[in-house]
Amino acid sequence: MIPIEQYGTFETAWCPGCGNFFINKALKKALSTLDLPPHKVLICSGIGQAAKSPHYLRCNCFNGLHGRSLPPAQGAALANTEVTVFAESGDGCSYGEGGNHFLAAMRRNVTMTYLVHDNQVYGLTKGQASPTTAQGQATKFQPWGTPSMPFNPISVAVTMDVPFVARAYAAEVDHLADIIVQAARHPGFALVDIFQPCVSFNKVNTYAWYKERCYKLGQDHDPTDWRQAMIKAQEFGDRVPIGVIYKGSRQPYEQRMVSSVRRPLATSKPDMTALDDILEGYT
Amino acid sequence: MPDTCVNIVVGGEAGQGLVTVGDFLAKALVRAGYEIVVTQDYLSRIRGGHNTYAIRVSHEAVHGPRESIDLLVALDAQTVPMHTGDLSGRAMVLADEAIDRMGHTGLSIPFKTLCPKPMFENIAALGVLAQVLCLDRKWFEDLIAETFHKKGDEIVSANLKVFSDALTWAGSQQAGFSCMPAPGRTEKRLFMHGNDAIALGALAAGANFCSYYPMTPSSSVASTLIEHAQRMGMLVEQAEDEIAAINMALGASYAGARVVVPTSGGGFALMVEGISLAGMTETPVVVVLAQRPGPATGLPTRTEQGDLNLVLYAGHGDFPRAIFAPGTPEQCFEMTYRAMDQSEKWQSPVFVLTDQYLADSYRAVTPFDLSALPPVSAPALATDDPAGYERYAVTENGVSPRLVPGFGEHLVVLDSDEHTPDGHITEDLGVRVRMVDKRMRKGLGLKEDVLPPTFTGDDAPEMLLACWGSTYGPAVEAAQIMRTQGKKTAVLHFGQVYPLNPDQFLPLLASAGRTVMVEGNYSCQLAALIRQETGYVFGATVTRYDGLPVTAGYILKRLEEAN
Repeated sequence: MIPIEQYGTFETAWCPGCGNFFINKALKKALSTLDLPPHKVLICSGIGQAAKSPHYLRCNCFNGLHGRSLPPAQGAALANTEVTVFAESGDGCSYGEGGNHFLAAMRRNVTMTYLVHDNQVYGLTKGQASPTTAQGQATKFQPWGTPSMPFNPISVAVTMDVPFVARAYAAEVDHLADIIVQAARHPGFALVDIFQPCVSFNKVNTYAWYKERCYKLGQDHDPTDWRQAMIKAQEFGDRVPIGVIYKGSRQPYEQRMVSSVRRPLATSKPDMTALDDILEGYT
Repeated sequence: MPDTCVNIVVGGEAGQGLVTVGDFLAKALVRAGYEIVVTQDYLSRIRGGHNTYAIRVSHEAVHGPRESIDLLVALDAQTVPMHTGDLSGRAMVLADEAIDRMGHTGLSIPFKTLCPKPMFENIAALGVLAQVLCLDRKWFEDLIAETFHKKGDEIVSANLKVFSDALTWAGSQQAGFSCMPAPGRTEKRLFMHGNDAIALGALAAGANFCSYYPMTPSSSVASTLIEHAQRMGMLVEQAEDEIAAINMALGASYAGARVVVPTSGGGFALMVEGISLAGMTETPVVVVLAQRPGPATGLPTRTEQGDLNLVLYAGHGDFPRAIFAPGTPEQCFEMTYRAMDQSEKWQSPVFVLTDQYLADSYRAVTPFDLSALPPVSAPALATDDPAGYERYAVTENGVSPRLVPGFGEHLVVLDSDEHTPDGHITEDLGVRVRMVDKRMRKGLGLKEDVLPPTFTGDDAPEMLLACWGSTYGPAVEAAQIMRTQGKKTAVLHFGQVYPLNPDQFLPLLASAGRTVMVEGNYSCQLAALIRQETGYVFGATVTRYDGLPVTAGYILKRLEEAN
């Protein structure tokens, strides 16, 4: 185990009481359990308050563009086998702007872990509806209620047979840390959708709201049973399950790659003899 | 040039196999030692329409395409009436006997008698062409054997028989097309188009990661890389969109891969935020942009040089970049190789700007000497002082030490926000200024490294034709023609269009009587850039934006009209 202190302590730009603090704590705990020293961790993030997370943790960090945490994460994971790759961002970044990348990442199935801080609101831009805001929920920008139905990342991921699909709640730090550990150890793409209270802009989905509804999945839930997972993925109302919803066994992308790719790519030099031979083919 | 050239045009519907005929013939000509320029004109459809594959061939150097046709191979009835106006005085039309040659000299080929099945018609056409052009049959027979050997000996011999029968038949017709002079050269040359050369240049420079979204006319860069991926250990991924393609490449580059991203103008438009990210995070990336006419979807399969401004200004805010514009497949190879090095050396996005004409244009290429290539810059894997490592350490030339994550205890922190030397988000405006200055200092280095434009022709010319990218060949040919008319002429070709170093070209421009910028776009984008950077105004411009490549004939006609 790596001592948690190694991941550092940082001054943050988050509001007091923000759910992000719990996620940061859980992630450090998980990395420590995974025995990953900071230089073996690579986190890609998008834009938003959640996307600042890797700055508040000692690690390799690629804090890119809004909605674009997944493409660089997959590029980095494919290029470099020396690091364990995570992508981390908010629900707007992940399921709104980055929606197409999410769809493709589920299909591609590169081994990496996707941590989505899901607070059902846009925080950094001051309270607009996000892709996971409940239909009809009023915001300052949707005063007559959010017209669209919320996106359900869990059921979409289960439908796509994503190898590891989990839902967590930020305030349950130990539970979340354990899920992150399992996600990082599972081959293929892992989605962890994390409920994260936004104390500034989401007056509906508060700590109390989650506390009242979230319950931990018990031994009776078999995450390898796809049908059972679909039922749990759809459960969202007075009761919301948290825990590992689904575990599949789809072959990760890396196992379907051109076999001659010598990773890490940083140490791979071009075979000029082979290239000379290839050029002969153009005569 | 006069009659030492033969301009062969194969016309027909998409899906009829005109590319097969064209590729076979072009490759045989190169093997036989001839010089060629191939121009492929096709429509944005899978079947039908009217496409052409033009091969201009000569025993001596040939620089660009030509309009007038000496040998027209009509695979469909539409071809003859469509090109009647372009036929030269000595032109011959080769067509199936069912096709009306409209009174033109030529041969009506009895394909039905010569071929056991319609699928052999392409080979029969090649037999006729070999005879008419007086080419040694062995060039074709070798190619037929190589191409079909995987399908078995029976298929090979069936094709060889059709080829031979067609050749014999054409011989019996006494077609009377004048034979081309035999080429003097015997050394081996490569047969490839601009996009092949770009892909091979990237591979030579160690490119091992390519993410792309397919778009004409850039796709063949990716397909050539894919063809060699297994042997070269390259990872090629078709991304979900262009935004993903560029961001994935940046992630891979950050993690230690050497990346190349092929696209076209419309796809590049989507990549612009990623270019800005490359500028801010100082992540090396080479983007190959094969231009086609815009705006928007424009003419998807035609050519233009209209995206210089897009590439020049892509991304918001200030950051350095370099833009190469090769004029020949040799330059495509060399400049892509150089682009890979410059991108890494200056940790900046670098562009290779080509166009449909050059991308699809096959040529006889002098083999590349891989052993003579200079080393390519590369990031370090680790440092002796991991705790003190700063990705964006402020340095004199602006280049900070780039390390690869995961190979030592150092941490590599990148941010799209303004950042401190150690890579973390900052809103300290003093740091902001130091970081902008640091990044822009790399631009000075890129400028010192800039390739000078090539000047060919007469010193102190009466007429200087300036150009960039694929317009090089046509400009050289136009200059040669003017020279035969007694006019001192020169060509100034910009193979790198940004940054510009005025010392390299202003004296040359000043030495010329009249200067004309030739560009394949409406607004003369390079001329405008030169004016903006140096105040220099060209005496005249020749522009083309009808989707077809600039030719010597086009340049001369426009100059005549301007007089």
